[in-house]
Amino acid sequence: MSADVELDHLTIRFGDFTAVSDANLKIEEGEFFSFLGPSGCGKTTILRAVSGFLEPTEGEVRIGGKNMRGIGPNKRPTALIFQNLALFPLMSVADNIAFGLEVRGVSKYERRKRADQLLELTALEGQGDKMVSELSGGQKQRVAIARALAVEPAVLLLDEPLSALDLKLRQHMRTELRAIQQRVGITFIYITHDQGEALTMSDRIAVMSQGVIQQVGNGTDVYENSQTAFVASFVGENNPFSGRIVRADGDFAVVETSFGPLRGRNLRGMSEGDPAMLFVRPESLTFANGAGGGENVIESTVVNGEFEGSFFSVFLRGEGDKPIVMSMTNSGSLPEFRPGEPGRLTFKPERALVLPRGEVAHE
Amino acid sequence: MSEFLSLFLPVFLAALLAILLAPVAQRHAAGFWGVVGRIRFVQRNGIVISTYLIVAVIAWVVFMIVLPQVYMLDFSFRNNLFPAEIGGPKDVYTLSNYEYLLFGRPGDEEMFNWLHLTVFLRTIIASIFVTLLNFAICYPIAYYMGQVAKGGYGRMMILALILPFWVNEILRAFAFRILFGTSGVINAVLLTLGLTDQPIDFLRADVALYAGLSYAYILLMVFPLYNAIESLDHNQVEAARDLGSPWWRIHWRVVMPHAKPGIASGCTLVFMLAAGALAAPQILGGPSSLWFTQIIYDWFNTGGNWPQGSAYAIVLLLACLVFVLTVMRVFKVSLGEIAK
Repeated sequence: MSADVELDHLTIRFGDFTAVSDANLKIEEGEFFSFLGPSGCGKTTILRAVSGFLEPTEGEVRIGGKNMRGIGPNKRPTALIFQNLALFPLMSVADNIAFGLEVRGVSKYERRKRADQLLELTALEGQGDKMVSELSGGQKQRVAIARALAVEPAVLLLDEPLSALDLKLRQHMRTELRAIQQRVGITFIYITHDQGEALTMSDRIAVMSQGVIQQVGNGTDVYENSQTAFVASFVGENNPFSGRIVRADGDFAVVETSFGPLRGRNLRGMSEGDPAMLFVRPESLTFANGAGGGENVIESTVVNGEFEGSFFSVFLRGEGDKPIVMSMTNSGSLPEFRPGEPGRLTFKPERALVLPRGEVAHE
Repeated sequence: MSEFLSLFLPVFLAALLAILLAPVAQRHAAGFWGVVGRIRFVQRNGIVISTYLIVAVIAWVVFMIVLPQVYMLDFSFRNNLFPAEIGGPKDVYTLSNYEYLLFGRPGDEEMFNWLHLTVFLRTIIASIFVTLLNFAICYPIAYYMGQVAKGGYGRMMILALILPFWVNEILRAFAFRILFGTSGVINAVLLTLGLTDQPIDFLRADVALYAGLSYAYILLMVFPLYNAIESLDHNQVEAARDLGSPWWRIHWRVVMPHAKPGIASGCTLVFMLAAGALAAPQILGGPSSLWFTQIIYDWFNTGGNWPQGSAYAIVLLLACLVFVLTVMRVFKVSLGEIAK
């Protein structure tokens, strides 16, 4: 069975509340696809609709071209990995992994053989007879993956499975998940609020906010060519400057802000007079040399600096107490910043985005 | 009775005095209380509360559990004597009361006391049946309340289950008589609908008895089950379903194993109480069906033969213990888990 997943005008409401509003996208077979958004944005609702625990209010979920309406989660070619893993604590590791096969009437011997294979795939050789409670966090994670893979799903759904792990293990599991996905070659749909996870693992990402899919694209696309104010502010850090477009020339536009006119790429083809926001990422800001005019100059005052290891963050305040963040890579010699010092910042217009004014993600 | 009082009263008064005087004594008798004060249990709970707890627990265990049973056990091995004969040559320990249950009176035609043995076995088997029936009724309710409708409707169901138990047990039993009697509501409905042309004697068929007993102990089954099922992470149910499991296998492999302590606890409670029930069999039992407790009651009350009654009661108690231990063994649960 082919395993592309299509959302066709998918809308899901709970009473008056619209959790997902008119989602349309197609996830290709074998793709690692992530839904990224803050909690409550509707990403888990989409996952539950794909796995079959929720029926769409309107629209369709299609897997391999087949409308899934009315097909229960136990009949769909999907397997779900729960946020808390939901391993069966009263069964051994091998029984957990083989549960889906037991359901399908596979013989005990075959089950054990398959479980052992999956234990090997997930680097858990020889752990089959242990109880789940005897495993570490990362091992439990891998058991959950093995249990889901055992039923040979066409689509594997993952609901923030790494959120309970500590940082080091999380980073390790990212690589591992990606490797497993490439080995088994099935479609992965991954739900996360952690942009780092989404950016590092995914082929493509759908960024969501308040039930609406804001943008679908690969990591670079979403980061470099954000299509909405929400995406620009949610994915990575960004400095928004609000204003109105005073000039639109070709691929660029100038926004009149409280810091004066600022120029950036006009991705969305907006025209003069439109309310807009200009976004500059911390790493795109540099200190301007010398005095005098020039394009894209932001006057501000240094508040403090933070050493982050590979880079250095400088926090500044501009006109109207507006906080501004810039970052510099650690190239061996870092300038010193004294709080209260004036900071004259600038950026290249190619490194800034002019987008329609809209909702901005809050930390 | 006077013997009992003479034993009980001094101990009770001493305990009371100890509780009342503890704070005073603590201030004055530094040596002894200093030692007591260093015991961790006392440190944690304070001298007054710990004294109360210890006395209350000991009083409960001794007066409510150990003493009555020891008296019963002692009675069961004695002859039924006139007061004048007590302490005389006939006042010796004997197995005759137990022999009577097994073999009847010496010189009877039958080899065994079939009459009483049959009642005993029927009581045990019927109680097991009532327990299973109760489990079958309560498991879906408990699952619904614990997993499907948390809060809201679930709470209303709990209330609906509790409310009827504000009505006196005897009244409820008679209400069942009215329901199941030959001229009762159920027969009236069946006759009107033409499903039967003769009223069915539910009482004689023991339908009323089983229904009444199941109903009487429904809460004792529902709540242990509910407690156990409610603590199951619903994701596990969904995970099993997602892996392709049909509903019955989810219950068999995920919900029931998790609820095992609750199942064991509910089943043992219901079995014990059903086997020991008196009012319901008295009121709802058919004319030919006797409950073992009714025989015990007769020995004590109408027969005036306390030793014989005690022996029967001890046998029933042992049967119940065997049942509980078997259930615990089968379900592989410990007493501690049941108490959860």
